Amino acid sequence: MTGLPKWVDLGLLPLMNLALAFLIAGGVVAIIGESPVEALSVMLKGAFVYDGGLGYTLYYTTNFLFTGLAVSVAFHAMLFNIGGEGQAAIGGLGAILVCLALDAVMPGLIVIPLAIAAAAVFGGAWAVVPGWLQAYRGSHIVITTIMFNFIAAGVLVSLLSGPLMRAGQSSPQSRDIAEAAQLPFIHDIARALGFPATSTPLNLSFVLALIAAVGVWVLIWRTRWGYALRAVGQSEPAAQYAGIRVPRTVVAAMAISGALAGCMAVNEILGAQHKMVLNFTAGYGFTGIAVALMGRNHPVGIFLAALLFGALYQGGAELDFEFQTITREMVLLIQGLIILFSGALSLMFVPALQRVFRPGPA
Amino acid sequence: MDWAALSELWIDTLRILDGSFRLATPLILCAMAGLVSERSGVIDIGLEGKMLAAAFAAAAVASLSGSPWAGLVAALGVSAALALVHGFACITHRGEQIISGVAINILASGGTVVAGIALFRQGGQSPPLMADERFRPIALPGAEALSGIPVIGPFYAELVSGHTLPVYLALIAVPLVAWMLARTTFGLRLRATGEMPLAVDSAGVSVVLIRYRAVLIAGLLCGLAGVFLSTAHGAGFVREMSAGKGYIALAAMIFGKWRPWPVLGACLLFGFLETAAARLQGVQLPLIGEAPVELILMLPYVATVVLLAGFFGRAIPPKALGVPYRKER
Repeated sequence: MTGLPKWVDLGLLPLMNLALAFLIAGGVVAIIGESPVEALSVMLKGAFVYDGGLGYTLYYTTNFLFTGLAVSVAFHAMLFNIGGEGQAAIGGLGAILVCLALDAVMPGLIVIPLAIAAAAVFGGAWAVVPGWLQAYRGSHIVITTIMFNFIAAGVLVSLLSGPLMRAGQSSPQSRDIAEAAQLPFIHDIARALGFPATSTPLNLSFVLALIAAVGVWVLIWRTRWGYALRAVGQSEPAAQYAGIRVPRTVVAAMAISGALAGCMAVNEILGAQHKMVLNFTAGYGFTGIAVALMGRNHPVGIFLAALLFGALYQGGAELDFEFQTITREMVLLIQGLIILFSGALSLMFVPALQRVFRPGPA
Repeated sequence: MDWAALSELWIDTLRILDGSFRLATPLILCAMAGLVSERSGVIDIGLEGKMLAAAFAAAAVASLSGSPWAGLVAALGVSAALALVHGFACITHRGEQIISGVAINILASGGTVVAGIALFRQGGQSPPLMADERFRPIALPGAEALSGIPVIGPFYAELVSGHTLPVYLALIAVPLVAWMLARTTFGLRLRATGEMPLAVDSAGVSVVLIRYRAVLIAGLLCGLAGVFLSTAHGAGFVREMSAGKGYIALAAMIFGKWRPWPVLGACLLFGFLETAAARLQGVQLPLIGEAPVELILMLPYVATVVLLAGFFGRAIPPKALGVPYRKER
């Protein structure tokens, strides 16, 4: 498309955009009066070096993998699913309902798969409605998914401060789920195998996320349906002419996208927190947009981007301890800059690069 | 029902309307902003972010300088700057308009707290503003004198008089936008740009310039909404104080089908729902039991989805909405 060599298009250009985002963020740190280099080193140490840092980084990475993959699947059909936040919330509702209903009467081996399936089904269903409305009623998916985020938040507030609220408590959260229904922590597994490990929230969901990434790759690039999906994304009329049922593909794409976003709740509820608290989605759904954009909608890229954002989140938490004047919200600023430069302005450098790499008359 | 009870009811009604109107103000300003931008063909889901950034700028500068007017100027400046970033990405570089809007929302959400902590070290808030650092209610002439007259007196004193400057500006913004769109050359060109930019271009008018101006107007209007939040309605900046109002405004804009007067109606309706929900908190209703406050607060979103689905009426966006214009060479 851009006529640039592949390594420039897939390597240099994204790195330039990323570098620009970090450069501006560094400038902000400098204006505040701290050293950008020192801030970066604190973040890197917090994310990878300090005890347990890597565990936390990978725990955040898990969330971003799910939400990033969710955005990317929809995007391959040229659908903007910015409802990841709501789909994760409703997915969490599915997971917690299964756990609350069954964790006392059934073994974990049954409850956990059921809860994961419920998260996927609930999240998927929450995305199917906007998908259906777009495919059959022509309402814009961006607007409907935004509205569905708010509706989901309202549903969660009323349930968590009502029927699902832990007995004898006034904070909006559910009761803890039984130990049998919790996904094992990686540090527990490591210790069982005889390795010393620091306690972190990293749990088996990370493996589930990696499987999901491979699954998405197979689905998009190795199946007939994935071909149909990409065809719809490239050109709807052409896809229709080729005999692809466009509306059905759109709805299915949203279902899978929502299911992936819903699975983010597995990491939070079954894996890390063992209960459902209000706002447990904490903006991870929105960050998924940045992750998908940076990762160019490819599972490998999304993994790298999710790792980057995981490190940013964990490193950002470290900023709170080391500095008085910069906090983890710095990461939100960096995230905004990354979405701006890797997303909206992703082609800003293309003309300049074309002049460098395609000399002579074009 | 006797006279005293009736008069009580009238005043109560007026207070609810007054509250609705107040809560509708940021919605009106942001929805008008979105309307102007989208009628020119540029999607703006960054209303929320611009309003939040402006709210911070207004409170921060008002607190540092002691003048709400300086805060107002800063708010308009910050919001306009963000609008120009959006324009630069969407108009100049033909980037994805939705992504740019998301970026602006996240930038504002992080940036306001970062700047707030750096400036004031109060966890991202601004210091509470003194009375003379805010826009105070304006008592319209005669409110005091007329308040004794039954029916009309309270109506004038409670509902018409006693609002802050941004509230009145929001009210003026609606006819102004309506007039601009329908009656001026610029408005005609702006609408044409949103429907068929090629036609505007062939008439020798710059699509890019029209869209930049539309985006800038949107920025200024969002700026006013921010001023309302932190220096008129509230007394200082609190993190995330826009609390989704920019998105409700977006819903109102669609609900009003991208037309100024219906959009005003939608904003007032949504403001009324918010007031009603606040009033009904914990109230026992006959038959239903405890008032379903959460459900009432969800209504704007649900109604917008239903409208967009075309189950009643049809909301048809401008034809060229979201499509970057590429000038042929």
